Amino acid sequence: MEQSKRKKRFRRLGDVWHRLRKNKLAMVGLVIIVILIFTAIFADYLAPYPYDEMHLLNTFETPSKEFIFGTDNFGQDIFSRVIYGARISLRIGFISVSIALIIGVTIGAICGYFGGKVDILLMRVIDIFQAIPDILMAIAIIASLGPGLSNLMIAVGVAAIPGYARIVRASVLSLRDMEFIEAARASGSSSARIILKHILPNCLAPIIVQATLGFAYAILNAAGMSFIGLGLEPPTPEWGAMLSSGRAYIRDYPHMTLFPGLVIVLTIFALNVLGDGLRDALDPKLKR
Amino acid sequence: MANDNYLLEVKDLKKYFKVKAGTLHAVDGISFGVKKGETLGLVGESGCGKSTAGRAIIRLHEPTAGDVIFEGKSTLHYKGQDKKRMRQEMQIVFQDPYSSLNPRLNTFQLISDPLKVNKEVLGGESIENRVKTAMELVGLEQRLVDSYPHELDGGRRQRIGIARALALQPKFVVLDEPVSALDVSIQAQILNLLQKLQKDIGLTYLFIAHNLSVVKHISDRIAVMYLGHIVELTDYKTIFARPQHPYTQALLSAIPIPKVGLKRERIILEGDVPSPVNPKPGCCFAGRCPYAQGPCLESMPPLVEKEPGHFVACHFVQESADGIKLPAEITGKSPRKVAI
Repeated sequence: MEQSKRKKRFRRLGDVWHRLRKNKLAMVGLVIIVILIFTAIFADYLAPYPYDEMHLLNTFETPSKEFIFGTDNFGQDIFSRVIYGARISLRIGFISVSIALIIGVTIGAICGYFGGKVDILLMRVIDIFQAIPDILMAIAIIASLGPGLSNLMIAVGVAAIPGYARIVRASVLSLRDMEFIEAARASGSSSARIILKHILPNCLAPIIVQATLGFAYAILNAAGMSFIGLGLEPPTPEWGAMLSSGRAYIRDYPHMTLFPGLVIVLTIFALNVLGDGLRDALDPKLKR
Repeated sequence: MANDNYLLEVKDLKKYFKVKAGTLHAVDGISFGVKKGETLGLVGESGCGKSTAGRAIIRLHEPTAGDVIFEGKSTLHYKGQDKKRMRQEMQIVFQDPYSSLNPRLNTFQLISDPLKVNKEVLGGESIENRVKTAMELVGLEQRLVDSYPHELDGGRRQRIGIARALALQPKFVVLDEPVSALDVSIQAQILNLLQKLQKDIGLTYLFIAHNLSVVKHISDRIAVMYLGHIVELTDYKTIFARPQHPYTQALLSAIPIPKVGLKRERIILEGDVPSPVNPKPGCCFAGRCPYAQGPCLESMPPLVEKEPGHFVACHFVQESADGIKLPAEITGKSPRKVAI
């Protein structure tokens, strides 16, 4: 019996994969994401130079055979920095989105499902969080925790919680009074089971959209932190930080912002199409 | 009303909701019993509290006051495991087969969900087997086991709803308008299925509906609800032949009879159903009753057995030496009637 259950679950995942595979755009997104992850893992072998090696004779070099993406104001190879940057930027994106997702979805689901005093209390706390601009919020958190990569991810993640909480709460509210929830209650399901099995799968669509967009915000927010000196220290390669340091030279040396900007765009594009494809593949109504 | 052969007894059940304007008396003290193996029809117009009553009985809404006695035991104080066991015995089938099935789950997952929560009812049997049996029971083809609700028609969806309720092998099922969202042709199928199931596995039903002909078809006894109260309760023949409460009389006179040239009169009730928020004292029907006077404005008459097995809640239905006297005879008034 245990085996047949596993087989069934496997088949359902297989179904989702089968539907996802038919979506060409989503597959393009998946390929890009996989390539980026591989780049991050094998950065040491792929990058032609160490990310912090300064070629002081070759500063502001435009793209050439020697430096594919050119060099920056310190003569560091932008191509190598973009490759190493994948490690840090992807980590910032995934981890801070995960922090925001887990806490935000939990709060939103609890507020929406139980309502009443719990809802009022938690949502007012969320209101207070939301009244503070994201960047100020992150600054405050970093200022109290101290700079560093993990604190940066916590700060960026926490600042994004209210968005998830609100979206999930709204979806849960619209589902809470559906009869299939009552049916689950009538068969003795616990509240936790109802939320996890019956409610959250039905509000996946807005969560996936918010998470893919949130990934971009996270990278840019982290860059903003680096810009005001609360994020990562300068030689650390990070796409957002590269973007903001190149900003000063954008009129004369646009390649400094162009390449890190392009990878950010590419990552977010890939996540978006993959997210959309995943959302459709998980929805049995769109099965053909 | 105490009776040993009742499977389920509802005693003075109340369900109030707090709203901005005050307290909404959705169910305002109803009492009845359901015998083992019978179908009790609960009819009334929209908003009279019949669905709330059904949900309060199985504690989907916690009742405000009163008691529900199932197999001789009060169920309202059950918690934890006892409550879970009670849930297995009392199930519900919902009105709308479109919103009562989780769109993300397929037939197998939908029917097996209650079984996964209540593993102890399986008794060693595999879930697959149980689902298969339940599907056979309600006449669902096995090939639909992987289908999602949106791929099925209303009748099949409702069959899934029934199979889900029956998977736990309950003794008592609340049918909350199970056919009113379906096409007429499918309504008949589902009604016949419900009757067949009752005969085969000895189920007891509380059948909630607003369609009188459907209720007449399936019920053994019928309770008529108005504004949170049961105003009349008796077997299905008597209620159609000799309705005694003025509301029941008016309600039954409104049933269309498809017969050419039939001359009938319909009793016209003045005004609208009053709001159930902060109701006035007195009979719930007093504001619209053509016979209302004196005591009607002071107290709600209790549901009393006026003749054997025939309960009526009216001050002016009285027993006398020569049978039951109805409000029209006692008060000498007559309602407004229109020929239809």
